[in-house]
Amino acid sequence: MKNVKHDFVEKNVGWLAILLTIAISVGGLVEIVPLLFQKQTNEPVIGLQPYTALELEGRDIYIREGCNNCHSQMIRPFRAETERYGHYSLAGEHVWEHPHLWGSKRTGPDLARVGGRYSDEWHYVHLMNPRDVVPESNMPAYPWLAENTLDGELTAKKMETFRKFGVPYTDKDIANARASVKGQTEIDALIAYLQVLGTGLQQQGN
Amino acid sequence: MSSFWSAWIIVLTLAFLVGIIWLLRWNMHNYTGIKEGELMDHDFDGIVELNNPMPKWWTYLFWITIVWGFIYLALYPGLGNFKGLLGWSSSNQEVRSLEESREATEAHREAGLIVQYDREMQQAEEAFGPVFEAYAQQPIEELAKDSEALKIGQRLYLQNCAQCHGSNAMGGKGFPNLADDEWIWGGSPEAIKHSLLYGRVAQMPAWSEQFSDQEITELAAYVLSLSGRKVDPDLASAGQQNYGVCAACHGMDGKGNQQLGAANLTDNIWLYGGSQAAVEETLRDGRNGVMPAWKDILGEDKVHVISAYVYGLSQ
Repeated sequence: MKNVKHDFVEKNVGWLAILLTIAISVGGLVEIVPLLFQKQTNEPVIGLQPYTALELEGRDIYIREGCNNCHSQMIRPFRAETERYGHYSLAGEHVWEHPHLWGSKRTGPDLARVGGRYSDEWHYVHLMNPRDVVPESNMPAYPWLAENTLDGELTAKKMETFRKFGVPYTDKDIANARASVKGQTEIDALIAYLQVLGTGLQQQGN
Repeated sequence: MSSFWSAWIIVLTLAFLVGIIWLLRWNMHNYTGIKEGELMDHDFDGIVELNNPMPKWWTYLFWITIVWGFIYLALYPGLGNFKGLLGWSSSNQEVRSLEESREATEAHREAGLIVQYDREMQQAEEAFGPVFEAYAQQPIEELAKDSEALKIGQRLYLQNCAQCHGSNAMGGKGFPNLADDEWIWGGSPEAIKHSLLYGRVAQMPAWSEQFSDQEITELAAYVLSLSGRKVDPDLASAGQQNYGVCAACHGMDGKGNQQLGAANLTDNIWLYGGSQAAVEETLRDGRNGVMPAWKDILGEDKVHVISAYVYGLSQ
């Protein structure tokens, strides 16, 4: 070791890059790589159902409209959160999410368990103009969702893609995908998605 | 976690810690052959470097973080399957249903492990549990006169109910007013609590298939006349001919039926609007008001207190 001096790595940028990569990747190798192979991060919670074709389209609208910029889908294990939102989120609820929509900022409330808390009618009114039901809300209105209808051209393809990631869609699900979303409005799809959020865990055990 | 991945984490983590100790020690020795404080052969445009060691406080900081790393890994769960000497965890990690979550909470409590979240919930239960339990023993009529209970009920109402029924409980289009004493599903304490616990689904069918536009206009006129509204008497009397099907739920006299959630048509209170056009829309397309069920979300004790608050609003 006597001959190895730090000016060696300072003067050989290739070695600097290699040693830096090793130093940085240890964190990932320890904290990320094992998670890819853990039961708790790969096995769904009991009773979890994959999104129906309509819910899946609703999820894409949720992403398109950027709902995840203001709404998280991740209830942390603190009483202050679980009193308001319900049981803390479990890894097994998100195994079929590609990508997950945990978010990192709550301008609006967390939506991880919004399913079933409000009626479809409420969601409709609220999406058309949030201030009709919550006067102090600063959420934007999304009236165009009620005008746009889905054609379902890509729904089956999306489901096939998700199946490659391990979501257990059957051939029948995929064959019926287009017919089941065609002609539905975007707002119906989004409401269907919102109403199923977090219900995978509730159906079991209660 | 399998023993392979546990070993993977332990070996990499400890090897890395040992590696940085070696790196730090190596860097603290002077291997340059130049005495401390003397000029090194670095000269960049006349800017030269002295061979000075790293500042003492700086190396001490490194040593402190390394020692802290070892202490942390000994006390807390960081090394694979090793649970740490404190037996601490933030929450139950490997649960796959609410049932398993409850079982894990119970098992950890018996084993004396510290699950931060469960501790927090237990402390809250010890502080607030008896309050709610005492309230649960009291009938809703009594509780509605207890100002402390009403304060708690109001907080719960604002958190969970105001989104639909409004912070003043006056409701809005499609969401019933809770502050008056007119009830769709009944205003007795029991009926209110039942609505909260199990939810309600109203089923006003759509009549556009059975009736023509003209007949719907006539029916709407008759329905409005039941509340004493001024309408074209010819339209109303024509509408009365078809009212029979409506009477099945709303009654011949139009007073409604709280068992079915069929609204009273004679009180001039209109959940979906009382204009001729709004009533026609209701008749044409139907209405399906849904009150969600709160039993599983809030639990029966909290629902009891909210019921008292809502009941109190109309008293």
